[in-house]
Amino acid sequence: MGRVADVELRNVSKVFDNAVVAVDGVSLEIEPGEFFSLLGPSGCGKTTTLRMIAGFEMPTSGEIYIEGRPMGETPPFRRNVNTVFQNYALFPHMTVADNVAFGLRMKRVPRDEITRRVREALQLVRLVGFEDRYPRQLSGGQQQRVALARALINRPRVLLLDEPLGALDLKLRKEMQLELKHLQMTVGITFIYVTHDQEEALTMSDRIAVMNAGRVLQVGTPLEIYERPSNRFVADFIGESNFLDGRVVELNGQRATVLVDDRLPVPARVQDGLAVGEQVTIAIRPEKIRLHPTGGEGAEGCVPGRVEEVVYIGTDTYYLVRLTDCCTIRVRVQNSQNRLDSGEMVGEGTEVLLSWLPETAMVLKA
Amino acid sequence: MSTTATTAPRTAPLATRRRWRLKPGWLVLNSNVLLTFLFLYAPIVILVIFSFNASRQQAVWVGFTVEWYEQMMRDERVIAAAKNSLIIALVSTAVSTVIGTLTALALDRFRFRAKTAFEGAMYLPIIVPEIVMAISLLVFFNTTFNLLDRWLGLTLKFGLGTITIAHIAFSFPFVAVVVRARLADFDRTLEQAAQDLGANEWQTFRYVTLPLLMPGILAGALLAFTLSIDDFVITFFNAGIGATTLPLEIYGRIRRGITPEVNALSAVLLLASIALVLGSALLQRRR
Repeated sequence: MGRVADVELRNVSKVFDNAVVAVDGVSLEIEPGEFFSLLGPSGCGKTTTLRMIAGFEMPTSGEIYIEGRPMGETPPFRRNVNTVFQNYALFPHMTVADNVAFGLRMKRVPRDEITRRVREALQLVRLVGFEDRYPRQLSGGQQQRVALARALINRPRVLLLDEPLGALDLKLRKEMQLELKHLQMTVGITFIYVTHDQEEALTMSDRIAVMNAGRVLQVGTPLEIYERPSNRFVADFIGESNFLDGRVVELNGQRATVLVDDRLPVPARVQDGLAVGEQVTIAIRPEKIRLHPTGGEGAEGCVPGRVEEVVYIGTDTYYLVRLTDCCTIRVRVQNSQNRLDSGEMVGEGTEVLLSWLPETAMVLKA
Repeated sequence: MSTTATTAPRTAPLATRRRWRLKPGWLVLNSNVLLTFLFLYAPIVILVIFSFNASRQQAVWVGFTVEWYEQMMRDERVIAAAKNSLIIALVSTAVSTVIGTLTALALDRFRFRAKTAFEGAMYLPIIVPEIVMAISLLVFFNTTFNLLDRWLGLTLKFGLGTITIAHIAFSFPFVAVVVRARLADFDRTLEQAAQDLGANEWQTFRYVTLPLLMPGILAGALLAFTLSIDDFVITFFNAGIGATTLPLEIYGRIRRGITPEVNALSAVLLLASIALVLGSALLQRRR
């Protein structure tokens, strides 16, 4: 590689006093300038991981490196990272300007430089004119921006963000997502972003580490994580998936055939190391499946079924389809193309054929 | 909205009628409140009124005067007692505020062996009868002085010093209680945020923890000051000869009969206490 990762975790574990294993052997390398997300359900260890990088918690074992230097027991105030807290943690007894200036004051930066940099930081988050307000006089979104300015003014190597948009309402959250991403590109600082919101992670991140039960299950770009989940948890947690358990019966070039429940052959993607006779789970995204009327041409590779339930959700329609003699499967069809080939809506009880491109059916080893 | 508008004129006379009907519950409650206030405040009001009475006789109102206040201000023994009271109150408040605040912080932040026992023992001075506290302090000082005299040849006497130490002993738990209440809803992430921004432990305490605790600390200090200024029993037992505080002075004069001057002195003490307690309450209400 040559260059040094901004933050590196080597086999880091954290066991709390009550013997709870919060983080279990996590290794990560975060590159300079990267927007890196730690994504997982609550209690998966993502916040503890972030707090260890910040220095609020010390790893039970393993080592954390920031800019190549091992951190050991280095206290938070000697680490070149800053944190944006979930509840913002603005100092209630200080004005916006004093909050933002706090880090520079602690470092005894000359007064005129502080004044100049506070103005710059407030410009960056579009809060000029709010200098003399107190945090309680600001809205949630504004407090969020003050927290960002207060951290960024120190020009840290790495900014740690702990679910910073969690307390905002949906619309504001969407706005702030884009704003944060733009801000990160403007300042060019490495962001490590903790969230349980998969959509948020997919929207903003360069790379995502999906965590569960203290472990990192997969690290990759949003595309890799979504299109090539490496295991069932990732396929289930990110987006939606239909899971079918079966046995590989045929390998033919790019296409594998998996026999589900010993009776239903379905097409799937071939991947390295796959052998005939192996027990696998295949995962198919609901939006990758197409619905066809029965009796048409090209039924080869199609799976027959019957529509059991139709759920209209505005942009899309969900169909719950029971496969013949087998399980049910969710199909998501965009309403712009929601027609059978005959041009009619599919109703409950209709017999249909399902098809998908073999490469969209992901094979997960058991 | 329109329905309320139409029903409003109908309910209004009903409400007026109801207000004039006497209900037994209403009567009992209100007379209870009235009697309570009468018992509590009538003596105080009478005391203040007669401090302005232009007669040496208590029971008869003759006319308004501030003569007793003037006389009090010229009385050297009153001035000396007031000075003692202030010195004791200021020193004991300063010391007990520091000790009380540090105790509250220690109890809030650290886990240590016998913490619950320590906490219970610390709050004892708030609960035990004052007379018990007074006598135990007296015995403690006597024993200590005897031992110091025997071993080191030091001769120590009762006086301002013993009173001040005694006041510290009974007032610091009050400070600790008030500061702990403030610590109970203290957001620790604020301290983490400060450390994250480069503040070391001392800077974090100085610029974040202390300012946020300040209303509680000041409230505790005012409470300690009030307790010290007003204290009689503990002071009486530990004063020795010659060291007189305001409450002791007043008591000494009362034995020779209640004079309007004593009334005036009490009124001034009362005013000071009310001001301090009000200040303490206002500070505690502040976020």
